[in-house]
Amino acid sequence: MTDTATAPAAQKKVTVKEALNQALADAMAENEKVLLLGEDVADPEGGGVMAVTRGLSTRFGDHRVRSTPIAEQAIIGAAIGASLVGWRPIAEIMIMNFSTVCMDMIVNHAAKLRFMSGGQTSVPIVVRMAAGAGIASGGQHSDHLEAWFAHTAGLKVVIPSTPEDAYGLMLSSIDDPDPVIFIENILNYGTTGLLPPTGTRVPLSKAKVTREGTDVTIVSYSRMATVALAAAEIAAQQGVSVEVVDLRTISPWDQETVFRSGAKTGRVLVVHEAVKAFGPGGEIAAETSRALFGQLKKPVERLASAYSPVPFSKPLETAYMPDAERVAEAAIQLAR
Amino acid sequence: MKNIEPDDATKLEIFKRMALLKLNDEKSRQVIRSGRLQMPYYPYRGQEAIPAAISVSLTDDDYICTIYRGMHDMLAKGMPLKELWAEVAGRETGTCKGKGGCMHLTYPEKGVMVTTGIVGSSMPIANGIAWGSQLADNGRVTVASFGDGASNIGTFHEAMNLAAVWKLPVVFVCQNNRYGEHTPYAKTTSAERIADRAVSYGIPGVRIDGNDPIEVWATAREAIERARSGGGPTLIEAMTFRFFGHVFGDDDSYMLDGEKKAAMDVDPYPKYRASLISSGVAAESALEAIEREIEAQIEEAVAFALQSPFPSLDELRRDVFAQEIQA
Repeated sequence: MTDTATAPAAQKKVTVKEALNQALADAMAENEKVLLLGEDVADPEGGGVMAVTRGLSTRFGDHRVRSTPIAEQAIIGAAIGASLVGWRPIAEIMIMNFSTVCMDMIVNHAAKLRFMSGGQTSVPIVVRMAAGAGIASGGQHSDHLEAWFAHTAGLKVVIPSTPEDAYGLMLSSIDDPDPVIFIENILNYGTTGLLPPTGTRVPLSKAKVTREGTDVTIVSYSRMATVALAAAEIAAQQGVSVEVVDLRTISPWDQETVFRSGAKTGRVLVVHEAVKAFGPGGEIAAETSRALFGQLKKPVERLASAYSPVPFSKPLETAYMPDAERVAEAAIQLAR
Repeated sequence: MKNIEPDDATKLEIFKRMALLKLNDEKSRQVIRSGRLQMPYYPYRGQEAIPAAISVSLTDDDYICTIYRGMHDMLAKGMPLKELWAEVAGRETGTCKGKGGCMHLTYPEKGVMVTTGIVGSSMPIANGIAWGSQLADNGRVTVASFGDGASNIGTFHEAMNLAAVWKLPVVFVCQNNRYGEHTPYAKTTSAERIADRAVSYGIPGVRIDGNDPIEVWATAREAIERARSGGGPTLIEAMTFRFFGHVFGDDDSYMLDGEKKAAMDVDPYPKYRASLISSGVAAESALEAIEREIEAQIEEAVAFALQSPFPSLDELRRDVFAQEIQA
């Protein structure tokens, strides 16, 4: 286990998808209790519809990497049960919307068995889910539903935006003694960065300031954290200095880092792809407003997706969610 | 199957477990009626023969996943009375520190892994435990208990199918008490026999008289042996009846005329008890002594539970995650 990155001679440039694949491979090599299951995850079936698990069944065997029926309740039930007797299953729910089919297993069982058993049992599973709009999948394959899980006591909700974080957060999620919902934005799979040294962990519940600034803090996560960085560039050209905080874990979230940044800039904008109404931004805005009452120069603002099912038609889909221009505009507006 | 019989010691052991279950159900209803405990209680009186006769073929290393009407399953598997009573009384000395309650009792020490209040949800999780045993190649068997109502929810299909394709060491035990909540079997269930549904999964399915301990024992023994030796899952449909409705206090008005009386007239407990005496397995005085001893143990457990302290309010922040939530 390596806690801090010690720079090797040459780090490999990888995508988020490749970093996740490497993290899963390294975890399976490190701990023989780590298992993978989900629809099409084994190599004869393509190594996952997003190819995140490609190569793993060939390397570790089809007893540890199992393609399942299209049966989300059976998948999560199998993961929960195996975890109760000492295994470390990682279940793939192909698309986040399909989690609706197994909410009972996740919410009533995975999240609550530790508490309801008075700590006698625990459910150390990772449930991976691909999420997000932008690829014309329409209303049932594009949602960001992280708020639902963050609203359930007993679940951790992790959501990386870079290959480094995808790698390190995946390892920490597998190590974690509690159930983790691990959300992978589909458009974000291609984002590139450097692969950290083997075994490097990124701690859960620690946000990261990915750009320093003085006028406005943008709090975001997942693909929108990348969009926020692009927005910060645009705002800089208009003379507005933006600080970007990538939450990386939505629940439990790193209030300290957000409040510190908000206290510094005095203006906070929360940006996410999930629908704005009752989204994570509401919780972040409420807690930040309370903690920084009197220190904020303006009320906390939120920019998020429209109160609408994700639309199919391209112009509608584009208008549905924030982009760099709109995030920049909101940040500049807040700075004035 | 019916020509295999348990030996006398096993017959007596089954009786002991049936007595424990019956007397505990009676005491539960009495304590609730007296106002000493408040909880939604799902009486299992009438269904005792099923877990009593199955559990004698299981070891402490085998697992069960059961449901809200499952106290008989847990007790038969070895959950201790004191901790059970303290749990349903919401006390810190309970199996789950009072945080699970009557629908979520857990006791891994004896293999009671999950008790769920969600109809159908015992099955997919039992599969996972069985998968763990299969991977570890440790010969352990998992029994998933559920009612007839659960055979109509999606998890039944998903779990049966996965258990069959993965050949998991699991035994599915449907305790068919002829009602799903207040609605009779025929009004909700397309199949004449739930056991017949096993055909579509390519696994053995058998309907038995769940009130006949000897038949339950023989069927369960074979299914457990099949699972243990890598032969995959079995679906057992054990026909029975719940004598006191869905939840204690319901008025039975939804039941068909005479159905309850007819069922109680063939109460499996006195019937089995009489058969042991007439076949010379045990003298009546010996069975009476067993019953008196169990009654005393239950009495002691109730007293222990009601004298135990409630959990500290700090428990709200414990066991949500492994790490305690900061105040």
